[in-house]
Amino acid sequence: METATKINKKIFRRAEKEKTRQHIIGIIFLAIAAFIWFVLARTTSPEADTLFVMTPGGSTVVSPDLKFNSLLMINILAVLSLGCGIFQYFKGFGKYTNFVLVLVGIMLTTSFLAWGARGGSINVGGMLRIMLMRSIPIVLGALSGILSERAGVINIAIEGMMITGALVGAMVGSLYGLWAGAIAATIAGGLISIVHGILSIKYKVDQIISGTIINIFTIGITSYIVTKILQEREWQYLNESGIFMPTGIPLLSKIPYIGPILFNHNPYVYTMYILVFVLTIALFFTKWGLRLRAVGEHPKAADTLGINVFGIRYVAVVLGGLLAGFAGSYFSLGSAGYFNQSMTAGRGFIGLAAMIFGNWTPVGALGAGLLFGFAETLATNLGLLGVPIPSDILLMVPYILTIIVLAGVVGRSRGPAASGVPYEKESL
Amino acid sequence: MEEKKDSGKKNFLKIFYEEISRSSVTIIILAIVTGLILGGILAAATTKEIYEAFDESFKTGITESLKFIWKTYSSLFLGSFGNPKKMIASLSSGESAEMRKAFKPFLESLVVTTPYLITGVAIALGFQAGVLNMGGEGQLYMGSIIAGWAGWTFKGLSPIIHVPLALMVGVLAGALWGLIPGWLKAKTGSHEVITTIMMNYIAFSLSQYLITGPFVDPNEAFKTPFIEESAHLFRFFEDPLRLHIGFIIAILVAVIAWYVLYKTTWGFELRNVGLNPHASKYAGINSALVTILAMTVSGALAGLAGAVEMLGVNFRAVQSLTTGYGWDAIAIALLAKNHPLVVIITSMLFGFMRQGSRVMQINTGIPIDIISILQAFILFFIAAPSIIRTIYRLKEPKQTEPSSLISGSGEKI
Amino acid sequence: MEPILELRGITKRFPGVLANDHIDLQLHKGEILALLGENGAGKTTLMNILYGLYSPDEGEILINGKKIDIQNPTDAIHAGIGMVHQHFMLIPVFNVTENVMLGNEYTKTGGFLDKPKAAKQVLDISDQYNLHIDPNAIIEDLPIGLQQRVEIIKILFHEAEILIMDEPSAVLTPQEVEELFKIMHSLIDKGKSIIFITHKLREVMECADRIVVIRAGKVVGEATPEKADPEKLAAMMVGRPVELKVEKELAKPDGTVLEVENLTVVNKNKIIEVDDISFKVSAGEILGIAGVQGNGQTELVRCLTGLMKAQLGKITILGTETTNRDPRTITELGVAHIPENRQKDGLVLKIPVQDNLVLNTYYQEPFAKGIILQPEKIHQNAEKLIKNFDIRTPSSMVPVSGLSGGNQQKVIVAREFSRPIKLLIASQPTRGLDVGSIEYIHRRLIEKRDGGCAILLVSTELDEVMQLSDQIAVMYRGKIIAIVDAEIVTKEELGLLMAGIETEIDTERRKPRRVHEIVT
Repeated sequence: METATKINKKIFRRAEKEKTRQHIIGIIFLAIAAFIWFVLARTTSPEADTLFVMTPGGSTVVSPDLKFNSLLMINILAVLSLGCGIFQYFKGFGKYTNFVLVLVGIMLTTSFLAWGARGGSINVGGMLRIMLMRSIPIVLGALSGILSERAGVINIAIEGMMITGALVGAMVGSLYGLWAGAIAATIAGGLISIVHGILSIKYKVDQIISGTIINIFTIGITSYIVTKILQEREWQYLNESGIFMPTGIPLLSKIPYIGPILFNHNPYVYTMYILVFVLTIALFFTKWGLRLRAVGEHPKAADTLGINVFGIRYVAVVLGGLLAGFAGSYFSLGSAGYFNQSMTAGRGFIGLAAMIFGNWTPVGALGAGLLFGFAETLATNLGLLGVPIPSDILLMVPYILTIIVLAGVVGRSRGPAASGVPYEKESL
Repeated sequence: MEEKKDSGKKNFLKIFYEEISRSSVTIIILAIVTGLILGGILAAATTKEIYEAFDESFKTGITESLKFIWKTYSSLFLGSFGNPKKMIASLSSGESAEMRKAFKPFLESLVVTTPYLITGVAIALGFQAGVLNMGGEGQLYMGSIIAGWAGWTFKGLSPIIHVPLALMVGVLAGALWGLIPGWLKAKTGSHEVITTIMMNYIAFSLSQYLITGPFVDPNEAFKTPFIEESAHLFRFFEDPLRLHIGFIIAILVAVIAWYVLYKTTWGFELRNVGLNPHASKYAGINSALVTILAMTVSGALAGLAGAVEMLGVNFRAVQSLTTGYGWDAIAIALLAKNHPLVVIITSMLFGFMRQGSRVMQINTGIPIDIISILQAFILFFIAAPSIIRTIYRLKEPKQTEPSSLISGSGEKI
Repeated sequence: MEPILELRGITKRFPGVLANDHIDLQLHKGEILALLGENGAGKTTLMNILYGLYSPDEGEILINGKKIDIQNPTDAIHAGIGMVHQHFMLIPVFNVTENVMLGNEYTKTGGFLDKPKAAKQVLDISDQYNLHIDPNAIIEDLPIGLQQRVEIIKILFHEAEILIMDEPSAVLTPQEVEELFKIMHSLIDKGKSIIFITHKLREVMECADRIVVIRAGKVVGEATPEKADPEKLAAMMVGRPVELKVEKELAKPDGTVLEVENLTVVNKNKIIEVDDISFKVSAGEILGIAGVQGNGQTELVRCLTGLMKAQLGKITILGTETTNRDPRTITELGVAHIPENRQKDGLVLKIPVQDNLVLNTYYQEPFAKGIILQPEKIHQNAEKLIKNFDIRTPSSMVPVSGLSGGNQQKVIVAREFSRPIKLLIASQPTRGLDVGSIEYIHRRLIEKRDGGCAILLVSTELDEVMQLSDQIAVMYRGKIIAIVDAEIVTKEELGLLMAGIETEIDTERRKPRRVHEIVT
């Protein structure tokens, strides 16, 4: 097939959906630029300097601070955003749109921070460190989704598995220690995913319904246990697990700027790094990964080559469940130190959005997760900066961002072709 | 002669048994029963007193368990229906206060059913159009708050104007909440499962903000003012009976939905878009438009449910935890196989269980969350009927039943 | 000499149908055995059993005289059996090497894939058998002919000795079919044995060493090309003497119904699918569009019927411009469309036959008054059409999914023909149907033509196009390479045109009405 190089592109309208998406994102960029210019720049006096403190609070490693003229920085970022907006609206970044979206997001937040701390200082290092922590459940959730969906099984019950993991982690953690809690949570996630697997693979139930059933069940049973058991005075000791303390990695945590931000964390962060690496290798460079992806793209083809489609799907689903359970334990064992019902707050679903945004790859999931984590962190920090937006509104930011991301992303990237379809043998 | 008659009778029984064992209604009933059994076991297993009874002896343990389960489910029944003896007695005595007290559980269950019914129809409509509306909760919230706003803001209106006005406003709020994910799905292909769930969280945050901020009652923190009397939905009886006209509205919604869905060209188009968007396009149906409309109407109805709750029961908005209506509605729709008239039945099942569970919680200390657990069990068995068939050794149905309850899972159009 | 493969008494039952009835079959080493039968005869079922995708209810399989048990494709692969499926079993987003080695991957320690080693092996095989393919090409970028080669390389990679090929020529131009036969002969030269499933008589005569005819699950005859007689074979395939030609009079074209001018369609990947084409169809005429699948025919049809937007150009139907109008407007002008993919585009499988019969007219009187549907009228209509079109169905209320392929197609035909239509666009109208249904549909098409309807027939079955059309337009890479008179052009000439080669047609030549192949 020839490409349309010789045809005047002005004559052709792209498919309607592509155009809409391109325009929407372009307008968003332009709106951001306008915001930076008209709101932030206008209210910044030319003499003010911003100090970005790059050493997270409590860090033994001290990184040099960044100081610059606030207005200058804000203007530069406004111009850059404007440029991106114009380019995106009229031409579009094509498959780099996701990437540029992230960049512009960074520009917006940097200018916000520069503005909020004009004439003063803000601990950006600390913020980045917290952002990394906030992104953990989203990244792990996305990884869980990737494992399962790459094999062709959609899992919308990540949220439910996370809640279960959080509860089991808290309870077992209170009794037998943090590591036991984490392991138990992981196993719990795996057990639940077996149910999802049986329903959707063996009984060919619609995967969304299967996931919904699990969500209903897990939300119910965790609330039940909290009300019936954990709220009773005599059992309250079952909900006091405490949390993992951060440990620094010997050499790496001493690197200026990066060290304290990336390498001085609790085991969840390190697991996240390792998993992203391991999963990338496993999915794209091993025999197991090739077969798994084949099953998700064209299970019949895999079947005719003697590959056990059902077996691989079960394994993928269970691995995803283990991950989701582990991810859930982060809330109780890595962050709060106990369990309550509203801990997960939809992160399981945001994880799915991160998976889509990251194009079903582990590295993409990491990037997308960081973005969402950043949005959350920003929301809370804006409050600290005295920005007069009510905290409830700020809480909406991650969810609105998810919608924007999905609107801008889906359709351009494709998920595994056979995802969501139960596999029927003997249907040739 | 004797033998022939005998074998005739045996054959009849055999055929009867066969028909029952093949029927899908049997599956549903058995699913519910099995769910209840499992739920009962769970309840017993998490109650201290049962363990103490087992400590004494196995026999005491079993007896105590059975007694406990009986107590649990009978309180559930009494809480949801009421005591039949008392109901009959009060009718014969004719005393109004006694009658009200006796029929309170039943009528209260209908009150609880009302929002379930409307939201159930909302979700079922969406499913039939191939749209997975997981955002019932958020749409309901928005409908509730905005209807409330219309309720306390406009003063001095006559009820004939005020009630429809407030309901309308709530419906519009819910419609907006459904329109956004619907439009996004049609125009950009974003998966409505995620977008509707995100809209839920946005709705929660937004309503929190409104309740504590612009809509707050000047005299009481974290609560909105009460709505005007003129916005109250008409109640059929005096206190403590709360049955209001919203229930009739709910039934009407279900009937109208059924009629539109199965008797009109609009419904024909909607169902076919849900079953096969490609063939529908070929047949001249505007699949994208139908999807957007379905999502909007679904949201509008959920908004109506919220508005009805506000104007009929709550009368003000209070900062509170989620109610779980959204997930329940999904279960209700699925159990009804997305048929609006059957939703009347399944929503009553859930409404009665919810109402009964409040009494059950008081009597036995079992948290009301057990209802969600029961729901999940029942859905589990309905979704995979083969499991029930295996447990109870039933026969396969004559024509293969589809084991998935809805077709399509958010495909882009 | 002992046969390399023997099937004895293979029997397979599906609910309601006996797909294979005690079939005995032998394959000798180095031979090409053709398994001939119409759609639905049971040939694919038999081969699926051989390949381990189904298990037989009775019967045994012997390789080199030894009985073997084939429970799944892995067993078949171990036994040296490989299958090239009719619908390719390739993963579009993977490249050639990944597809070829799937299931038998070359690995280094730890399970890591050894892609270079596998790629080299792919090159070796492709050289050995003249299959010439780039190991790193992504499947979805390859044309169909090359994709088929990847399938062949795949089974050679898995060391097959016995190759099963299921309707391999379905997606190829005549020239590519010749190439395929050459490849098959070179495989035989290297000692392989081939079973080749087809419903096309001509191919069987050209390339098989032996022919076995299957009908309704049974072996009904055997022959060799030297001794075989096409008419006898056709009769064996179908069970009755078959009309090998379609009776039709010369067309009497009467005014332009459809006019296409400079139509260009670009898909969302910026690829030109339809490239500046123009043509006309008159009332009372059949214009056939010939061409291998994937040269723009699908997009052309979708554009004409309002399902896809055109970027440039103009479509006029009966004087009204219909470029980029919606399907309903176009239908209401008197246009009918038999879609290429009947289950995806033409029917809603889960709803009753009677609803499918009014799928694009449900909103009109008498089927609806305003927005209220009139079920009795819909039912009456269904009863009438079922009778007139001989649709085999238990009732008009059953979901259309319960009908056979041929009857499903009849539902679509009945629906489209039951309105007054001026233009019929028929896309692959007889794909996958049994001979009886095919004959029926061909007859109705000719009837419509003689009644003054204009017909645009798009089909990849060259015989069908040649038999039915009055004029033939050949599409290649989105362009119409030529429009020729169907009475004059030869199959060879069409084949060259379909492959993009400009060919002179000798217009002086008037050939007598030939006995064409049985159109299957």
